[in-house]
Amino acid sequence: MADQISNISTTQLFNYTLNLADNSLIMGHRLSEWTGHGPILEQDIAMSNIALDLVGQSRNFYQYAAQIKNKITPSGDGGKGTPSVDRGTTEDSLAYLRDADEFKNIILVELPNGDWGYTIAKLFFFSTWQFLLYQKLIPSSDAQLSAIAEKSLKEVTYHVRWSSEWMIRLGDGTDESHQRIQKAIDEIWNYTAELFLPSAFENACYENNIGVAVSEIKNDWTQKINDVLKEATLTSPAAVSSPLLAGKEGRHTSFLQEILDDMQYLQRTYPGCKW
Amino acid sequence: MQDETGLLETFDDKVAKEIKIEPRDWMPENYRKNLIRQISQHAHSEIVGMLPEGNWITRAPSLRRKATLIAKVQDEAGHGLYLYSAAETMGITREEMVDQLLTGKAKYSSIFNYPTLTWADIGAIGWLVDGAAIMNQVPLCRTSYGPYARAMIRVCKEESFHQRQGFEILLTLCRGSNEQKDMAQDALNRWWWPSLMMFGPNDDNSPHTAQSMKWKIKRFTNDELRQKFVDICTEQAKILGLTIPDPELKWNDEKKHYDFGEINWDEFWKVVNGDGPCNSERLAARVKAHEDGKWVREAASAYAEKRNRNN
Amino acid sequence: MNSDEPLWEIFIRSKQGLDHKHVGSLHAADAKMAIENARDVYTRRMEGVSIWAVESKNIHASNPDDAASMYDPANDKVYRHPTFYDLPDELKHM
Repeated sequence: MADQISNISTTQLFNYTLNLADNSLIMGHRLSEWTGHGPILEQDIAMSNIALDLVGQSRNFYQYAAQIKNKITPSGDGGKGTPSVDRGTTEDSLAYLRDADEFKNIILVELPNGDWGYTIAKLFFFSTWQFLLYQKLIPSSDAQLSAIAEKSLKEVTYHVRWSSEWMIRLGDGTDESHQRIQKAIDEIWNYTAELFLPSAFENACYENNIGVAVSEIKNDWTQKINDVLKEATLTSPAAVSSPLLAGKEGRHTSFLQEILDDMQYLQRTYPGCKW
Repeated sequence: MQDETGLLETFDDKVAKEIKIEPRDWMPENYRKNLIRQISQHAHSEIVGMLPEGNWITRAPSLRRKATLIAKVQDEAGHGLYLYSAAETMGITREEMVDQLLTGKAKYSSIFNYPTLTWADIGAIGWLVDGAAIMNQVPLCRTSYGPYARAMIRVCKEESFHQRQGFEILLTLCRGSNEQKDMAQDALNRWWWPSLMMFGPNDDNSPHTAQSMKWKIKRFTNDELRQKFVDICTEQAKILGLTIPDPELKWNDEKKHYDFGEINWDEFWKVVNGDGPCNSERLAARVKAHEDGKWVREAASAYAEKRNRNN
Repeated sequence: MNSDEPLWEIFIRSKQGLDHKHVGSLHAADAKMAIENARDVYTRRMEGVSIWAVESKNIHASNPDDAASMYDPANDKVYRHPTFYDLPDELKHM
């Protein structure tokens, strides 16, 4: 728990946990848009399963983040001075009552789904990264983060396998699928740079043996991506020349605002209600 | 080899003795046709039924609601799949059935041609629409065709959480603010009558009922099930504190059932025949998913074929 | 949904020590996909610990028309069942 760790500010730990939660929620939210619209009934079901795993992960992280927040401000105010929330910070106040600039997810997860190939490419890049991240988070000195990472890693292992196979199937399928998936990779590639750029809260957590040095997983990530792209007869794009921190610091594309407009609509329209 | 009359006798005898009919057994052509129609319609209903609720996944008002709604809509995809599988044992392919749906030749439950306007609709669908579906489906677990009965057992087992999650949504709204309660009442007002229509036409107007009862494809008539549904829901509405929108709804102490008003059959047939509020929207969504997915299906097949050739 | 995408029969072992049991079918382009689809379709509620997928065309079934000659002859072989033998109650462990 936060109070056992002397030389890190609780705010850094809070932000770090939020980043993990926001990544899973926004990715899960995007994937759930496929429910009922998948290209094959069996794959519709598979995609919904992954969405459910991710929403589940986000709930675990948000619940922990809420615990941390309520310790900082015991009389809790819903995370951002929302008078209607009287039970302190909760998983829902964090997901439903923060503004876009308070979200700390990487930009990659907020990108629209595009076609099936675009979604698969996003998921493949993301899951491979999440896999390496969670693996390194298991030895964390923070028992809660460690436990959530361990539980989630099993799910993510399957996501990596499933999305890798689809990458190969689409890359080595028909000419059309090859072109579509290559185009998706090329378009998404720039957004993968942020995955390995540490933010202030990531640095602070890493230095205190709580978090992962994201720059250290870049080689393994690149290796895995290249292996799969090679088998898929696809080309890896060149390294991103000048990567930028954006989402982790709350600077988002308008896509996140669109997601939140939809997601938070009921909580915002009828403040203070139980659902 | 027995002749047709002998085969028919054996078949009728099996049905009478509650022995299940299995895929490779001889069966009358009409039994096969009738079942394919019923099972595939049922499967299509599950698939189209994903749309009105799926519409609220991204707007579900809490993370718990979001997760349960995804799981519920996903179950419907699973149920559609179990049912398509059952129909496929009778010699029709899924592709043929999907084609019948997308070209408008096959019907699906008309209830899904009504829009989901507020969050309370998700509660009302769970309570009423899934409630009516369960009432229809539980007897189908004993239906005479083996694969259909087995699929239905699986479906019914999974369905049980659907109705409970719907009722819980409404209960939370009814215990909430006035606005929330109004939302719940409004949803009940709009979904009540379409839910009663889910049981189909009155018995004296239901062309397939008699034959289906004889073959034990159906176990109860439309009106019997509808009455049971009204009796149960009227009591449940009291727990919610909501009013069922039927001025003629009244306990009949003699019959030990609730009397209820006449269904607007004109509306029923209009929606069945394609003029419901969302018929074209629902079909368009299915067609789009199918067309957008074409290149994906082709890629998967092409890749599998390459692999097979190399092995 | 693609006519090229074959049908697979799925068998699931619900827990260690039990047989794989037929649960239904699904479509998949290849065996790997069939097993993963089965995992997502048929084990969402912890129903399984092991999956078999067999392409439906590879299943050979007996003909129901032969049922009489195939199975009826076993009906009068009651001596294959332990209860056929009349033994004193005092006899233990048999």
